[in-house]
Amino acid sequence: MKKSNIIMLIAALLPLGLFIFPLWKITLEAPQYPIPLGMKIFINDFADANPFDIKNINLLNHYVGMKYIPDAIPEFKIFPIGIIFSTIIGLFIAFKGNYKWFLGWFIYMVAVSAAGIYDFYIWEHDYGHNLDPKAILKFTNPDGSVMGFQPPLLGTKHILNFTAHSYPQLGALFLTLGILIALIAYFVGKKNRVKT
Amino acid sequence: MKQIFKISVGFLMLTLTFTSCNNVKSTKSNSALGTNAAEKVYVAPGEYDEFYAFISGGFSGQLSVYGLPSGRLFKVIPVFSQDAEKAYGYNEETKAMLNTSHGFVPWDDAHHPDISQTNGKLDGRYVYINANNTPRIAKVDLTTFETTEIIEIPNSAGNHSSSFVTENTEYVVAGTRFSVPIPQRDMSIKDYKGNFKGSLSFLKVNPENGEMSIKFQLLMPGFDYDLSHPGRGKSHGWFFFSTYNSEEANSLLEVNASQNDKDFIAAINWKKIEDYVNNGGGTKVPSKYAHNIYNEEDHTATSKMMQEVVQVKPSEVPGAIFLLPTPKSPHGCDVDPSGEYIVGNGKLSANLTVHSFTKMLDAIDNKKFDGEAYGIPILKFEDVLAGVVEQAGLGPLHTEFDDKGNGYTSFFISSEVVKWKLGTWEVLDRKPTFYSVGHVMIPGGNSAAPFGKYLLAMNKITKDRYLPTGPEVTQSAQLYDITGDKMEMLLDFPTVGEPHYAAGIPADLITPKSRKLYKLENNKHPYAAKSDADTKVTRNGNEVHVQMTMIRSHFSPDNIEGIKVGDKVYFHVTNLEQDYDVPHGIAMIGANTSELLVMPGQTETFVWEPKQVGVWPFYCTDFCSALHQEMQGYVRVSPASSNIDLSWSLGEDF
Repeated sequence: MKKSNIIMLIAALLPLGLFIFPLWKITLEAPQYPIPLGMKIFINDFADANPFDIKNINLLNHYVGMKYIPDAIPEFKIFPIGIIFSTIIGLFIAFKGNYKWFLGWFIYMVAVSAAGIYDFYIWEHDYGHNLDPKAILKFTNPDGSVMGFQPPLLGTKHILNFTAHSYPQLGALFLTLGILIALIAYFVGKKNRVKT
Repeated sequence: MKQIFKISVGFLMLTLTFTSCNNVKSTKSNSALGTNAAEKVYVAPGEYDEFYAFISGGFSGQLSVYGLPSGRLFKVIPVFSQDAEKAYGYNEETKAMLNTSHGFVPWDDAHHPDISQTNGKLDGRYVYINANNTPRIAKVDLTTFETTEIIEIPNSAGNHSSSFVTENTEYVVAGTRFSVPIPQRDMSIKDYKGNFKGSLSFLKVNPENGEMSIKFQLLMPGFDYDLSHPGRGKSHGWFFFSTYNSEEANSLLEVNASQNDKDFIAAINWKKIEDYVNNGGGTKVPSKYAHNIYNEEDHTATSKMMQEVVQVKPSEVPGAIFLLPTPKSPHGCDVDPSGEYIVGNGKLSANLTVHSFTKMLDAIDNKKFDGEAYGIPILKFEDVLAGVVEQAGLGPLHTEFDDKGNGYTSFFISSEVVKWKLGTWEVLDRKPTFYSVGHVMIPGGNSAAPFGKYLLAMNKITKDRYLPTGPEVTQSAQLYDITGDKMEMLLDFPTVGEPHYAAGIPADLITPKSRKLYKLENNKHPYAAKSDADTKVTRNGNEVHVQMTMIRSHFSPDNIEGIKVGDKVYFHVTNLEQDYDVPHGIAMIGANTSELLVMPGQTETFVWEPKQVGVWPFYCTDFCSALHQEMQGYVRVSPASSNIDLSWSLGEDF
């Protein structure tokens, strides 16, 4: 097996780390929560950072009319299939394909990940802006528009008495590494090709 | 003119001198000024104390939890007295905790908390504490800081030499202070002598869950059994009880029980008696006593009436019980960390008598007896004596130990704490207490491994130490730093009830195990409503059961109709919160009981018997959230003759 194919093999397997480690984490800090509330996002589940965190996030969010964080979303079915599908293709390419295919897989994975992040953004936006008109507490922005409570896609943001953090976790690192290593596999393969 | 000036200056100098003299004097008498005492007890906002102190409330019947060195009060754990604040003894779930063979007893006198031990060291699992008046022992669980068990002690009266644990918490003891006829019967009080008995009860502890059961009762002569402590290390397997009134007086004890030059410390080889009982020894005697257990899963206490105990007479187990003569009505009976020394605090004496366990065994082996009392051999005073702390003070009551070979004894009459050295028996230091100290406490002081950093003195009198509050003034404890050669008084702090006795433990042995909430999914209360879908109101004759939930910031249901005058309405209220420190309360207008204060995941019940037609509100009593004031509801009460069906709702009208 060629060196580039071995690298591609590693690249194809790395995204499977998403089945073990969380993809993303949203953390909410406030004075009354010395231990912050947190939600971990896996590719197939939402999980409490500490016991009952999601229940307590829901409880707080109902004051401003936000919907409950659902137990399940369609993405939880689609994402795992997508990852397994990508890995199978990646493995197939690693064994059978040449370096050009590696680039193809890289582009495909970037596109899929970008779609995933966009999907996440859409959900977050809806979650933060689609508010119950009978909400207990209603806030407006300085310009008079209804204040939204969308957590940041990436980074830190102050929302009323909370500081919300949104950062990728180990699962995302595995995915990113997989994608980047596919690119390396491409360059290694290309270099060797030139040599021979 | 010059002369006048000189004289003035002279006077000024004199005044300054005297003033500074006064300052020095007052510094001395309080011994906390001019040092860094404030710094030593200051626990900055948000910081934790180093130790927990569990201080019994004496006649309050409760157990208070303080932090040391700050002296801050964290919680009053209701144990033997009803507590309307927490609904303890008021709600349907905990009434059974205060059940006894005499019926419901809503109060008691809580005396001597002791923390469970493993291998002679504090393990921080449970606190056991005795009720003096209607003899009982309670177990407080240190994961929830709640009373989870109370067992009554039959054939006992004034359960005072209690509730001390052995070094692996094999047993908790309960010795009677007042000897009584056993079994109880109608007889002349004058026939006390020779007829009354003092029972020493040994309660076996289940190592799994800390639950107690009476293994045997030892029927001792009719003395007063005052305090006790377990042997440890080399003396593990023995228990020592101080006695007074070996005169067996039944009237004017202050005179008649103070005649003998020496009373006794009774040494009991409980392992020997345990073997005897395990092999079928002892007599099963009918005795009624209540055993009440609080179950954390259904949040409910059940009371079981037990019917018999095993009793053992000293003559049945020869070689297991001996009497050690000890001067002048000893109170505290304290064993040092090594298990070698047994200190008798003869409360009418100026000296402190210390017995040697090794010498005691030797005297027993060589049968050096000095007569007997009701068949129990009395050892010779000189043969068991290890030493005497001479003229240490007046009225010694209780000794605790540090980890450096020192004893610290409270002296009630001379109002001081005295530090002395084990082995040399020399007095090293003395510090006044304000005033009349009873018991003292060093964290782990009743164990093989004390934490000799602080000593807590619990005073019986405070007089002028605090702002006056009418005839009844605050009770108080005082904290001393004992890390140096000399003790240093650091702090006075007020206490709940009489600070009778205390047990202290490093906080880190408890905090990791402290529960944050009850899991709703584990709630097995028969009337729990674990979600809004489970809420309902059901009628069975004139008995109505409301299964209600509470969560920020509403009750469900909050509108109830169809209740009638003459109904007995049970409100079973479940707190659906699963967040730390979010209790909710509930109170109903006119209910002849207390509020409920329900912890997250818990279900509690109160009964309301409406007597008047109308629409009556209820509300949340614990400021739970920004919309706490909105957390309220109504119950419509119709005439007894009305035929309005039960209905209930939440948020339907809008």
